[in-house]
Amino acid sequence: MSEEHSEALYHWTFWYLLVLTVVEVVVALLSLPVFLKGLLLVILALWKAAWVALYFMHLRFERKTLGVIAITPLLICVFLVFMLTPDLGATNKTVGSAKQVTKTKP
Amino acid sequence: MSEAAATHAHAEAYESPLTPESWGKLGMWVFLVGDAMSFGTLLASYGGVRFGSADWPHPAGVLGINLTAAMTLLLIVSSVFMVKGLAAIQRNDQTGFRKWIGLTILGGVLFLACQAYEWTHLIHRDLGFTSNPWGAPLFGTTFFIITGFHGMHVTGGVIYLLCILLRGMSGVYSASNYNEVEIAGLYWHFVDLVWIMVFTFVYLL
Repeated sequence: MSEEHSEALYHWTFWYLLVLTVVEVVVALLSLPVFLKGLLLVILALWKAAWVALYFMHLRFERKTLGVIAITPLLICVFLVFMLTPDLGATNKTVGSAKQVTKTKP
Repeated sequence: MSEAAATHAHAEAYESPLTPESWGKLGMWVFLVGDAMSFGTLLASYGGVRFGSADWPHPAGVLGINLTAAMTLLLIVSSVFMVKGLAAIQRNDQTGFRKWIGLTILGGVLFLACQAYEWTHLIHRDLGFTSNPWGAPLFGTTFFIITGFHGMHVTGGVIYLLCILLRGMSGVYSASNYNEVEIAGLYWHFVDLVWIMVFTFVYLL
């Protein structure tokens, strides 16, 4: 097992993640255009998740194929979100209730 | 198969692909990938439900972002403790292993305590599976299902780590036998990783 990398790497990773979390909260509280805010937050979240996976879960130092296995759910979930978009046009006629759902025409 | 080959097959254990040091590690990765799909499906459908809804409340206005940000940091810190615990047993530091794994467990328990506090506060204000004083009932449904599913994983992780700690205290782990600790660590980091995604999509966005 490659244990040459020091524990300092993990301390540094923690501070990095802490800073990123603070940035995330600040971005969330700013009044930005919705699309920009959403994009920034998703990028930040994915970036943090990647750091946890690469360093805490040691993926950076494992065989590449394990990384391919690990990234698969992300790809499938992105695909899933795109496949759900036709349903995103559905609107509730009645506020607060599930009745009378209409879909906008494609 | 020749006799020599048969003897060879019995004498040497077949190494797992990708993680030759441990079959369990590969197994845990495969499990985590499947579990990631469970959470991914919940979050993707949460997105679908939310954007199809006319009166979804703004999460920052209803949920406690500061407390949840602290919970996020708590899990990240506990992940660091987990890594330090693994590093300790990898150099045969039994005391260090016990200390850091113990602190990891404490981090998990504190996270659950904060989650319980948050839930109690929200339930007290009438947010439930089918009720939401601030708008669409599905807000409550998705909130409790997603955070509850994650909380279940944290609870399982705490119990799992307790077992690892107890086993370690009987001296089973060492610099030449730490695979079980590493595998438990993978699960714990996964729980942290999922929370980062849940925090972003359910609380911040």
